[in-house]
Amino acid sequence: MSERIYDHPVLGALKENEYVTFSFNDEEYKGLKDESLAAALLANGIRTLRHHEETGRPRGVYCNIGHCFECRVKVNGKSGVRACLTPLKEGMVVESGGKLPTPVRDWRAENE
Amino acid sequence: MNDVIIIGAGPAGLSAAITCAKNGLSSLVIDEYLKPGGRLLGQLYEEPSGFWWNGIKESESLYQEAIELDVQIQLNTSVHNIEKENNYWIIYTETGIIYSEQLLLATGAAESPIPVPGWTLPGVMSVGAAQVMTNVHRIKPGERGVIIGVNVLSAAIAMELQLAGVKVASLTLPKMNKVTQDAAQPGEVLDSLLHVSHMAPSKVIRFGSKLMNNDVMKKIGVSFYPKQGFKMWDIPIQLRKAVIEICGEEAVTGVKIATISANGEVVKGSEEHIDCDFICIAGGLYPLTELAAVAGCPFYLVEELGGYVPLHNEQMETPIENLYVAGNITGIEGAKVAIKQGVIAGLTISGNAGVSGLTQEIRRAIKLTEQTRDNAYIQFHPDVKKGRKAIQEKWKDCMSTAP
Ligand SMILES: Cc1cc2nc3c(=O)[nH]c(=O)nc-3n(C[C@H](O)[C@H](O)[C@H](O)COP(=O)(O)OP(=O)(O)OC[C@H]3O[C@@H](n4cnc5c(N)ncnc54)[C@H](O)[C@@H]3O)c2cc1C
Ligand code: FES
Repeated sequence: MSERIYDHPVLGALKENEYVTFSFNDEEYKGLKDESLAAALLANGIRTLRHHEETGRPRGVYCNIGHCFECRVKVNGKSGVRACLTPLKEGMVVESGGKLPTPVRDWRAENE
Repeated sequence: MNDVIIIGAGPAGLSAAITCAKNGLSSLVIDEYLKPGGRLLGQLYEEPSGFWWNGIKESESLYQEAIELDVQIQLNTSVHNIEKENNYWIIYTETGIIYSEQLLLATGAAESPIPVPGWTLPGVMSVGAAQVMTNVHRIKPGERGVIIGVNVLSAAIAMELQLAGVKVASLTLPKMNKVTQDAAQPGEVLDSLLHVSHMAPSKVIRFGSKLMNNDVMKKIGVSFYPKQGFKMWDIPIQLRKAVIEICGEEAVTGVKIATISANGEVVKGSEEHIDCDFICIAGGLYPLTELAAVAGCPFYLVEELGGYVPLHNEQMETPIENLYVAGNITGIEGAKVAIKQGVIAGLTISGNAGVSGLTQEIRRAIKLTEQTRDNAYIQFHPDVKKGRKAIQEKWKDCMSTAP
């Protein structure tokens, strides 16, 4: 599990305390207002943010600072949004992407 | 139109904006991240004086100073292209196009991955990702982790994780392959570790690393602890073992680790399993330079600076008129050096915008940067000064042959 660190020996007590509600794949969750979506999801135990478009294998946060594009999700209908750069807002509707159909490839596999 | 646009609200960008504002320039800082401070935000360590360098506090004070000087800061905005036309810069962002006369790139650094089998599983992240989760977002990346890649940054972050109550089961090497090379060589790694031995947050810890402080001991260190490794800050460091596979179906459940010979080869039959719920990959840092490349800036490979760096002089100018660089984009160093480089860039930009009488100040700022470099607490590359010199030489060569 990935818990919040409420008390830190050097950084002190966690100051932010305004929680908002958001949904991920139709489930409701709570997270801290303006924290990154990636952080809010992890705090709720969610590691898989999407599935690879071709292989269908699960993917999660890799760099956490916007460089790798592994954390792309759909936010309020807009796809390709990086969860690690997106501040969490009340009522956010988040969806993860799945495997894309690859008809050409399937056809070739069957006909080889 | 802004006098200057600065891309990157890290320590370099913010200090440059502050310096420009002090000289009367209007400046806009753009950053794609949700908080100002860049990679400084995640940094947390105890200096020899006992002072804790708290990146969040340092970022906040830079940000406040900038705001008080009327610097505009626009966050959550990625820049994906830049162009130059009729002596001004066109900056393409996700939210629109903006223009400025002068442009400073302070985009910092990115982390190199190490492609260990299984590295795309959820729960595998870069070591910097774990740092940001823990220190900035205050969320544990997991309960118990293994760090692959032993270097200055991973050692520092292992300590930060431990401080936050996250268990680090092992700090170990990746299996040697064409990509990992030096990072999979116990001897090379131990050499580089000596540069962090002073960072220990308590006396106990310093013992182990002091022991390593000469060549003979280093060799003994590698061969004497063939399997069990040694501990630094109570974290097991295993230089004679390497992760050969990250295990799990839907998410990380553990790693397969094996003994490796002194030159990095796997000893057959030595494989064992370690349970963990997250993995950090530490492949080192390289300057994040894409925007300088699209602007047409020439590049040089300088290993001591962390990779390809845009050509620039001591005043932080590039060969392209009104394009400047500062901070990690010019070479991998700590935040204090980045702040000082930002000041130089800010002064140079102000000078080129028509503020007179800055020559002395620029010279002083350059000196101060060198002093900061000499006293740097974390050194990512021991030969960074050599690297700096190399790029200055390149600058001279290029400028003397320029038409
Ligand atoms: C993951 C990571 C961890 C690090 N940890 C440490 C550490 O513990 N100790 C240490 O001394 N040094 C560390 N460093 C080195 C660190 O980069 C320097 O200490 C310092 O922060 C460099 O300052 P900077 O201003 O040059 O860049 P940064 O602090 O990296 O800031 C660059 C900023 O530019 C923004 N940016 C980049 N590209 C774009 C774009 N296209 N559009 C919009 N915005 C953009 C980024 O979001 C970022 O905020 C770390 C570096 C990285 C990459
Ligand atoms: S985790 Fe890399 S871009 Fe979000």
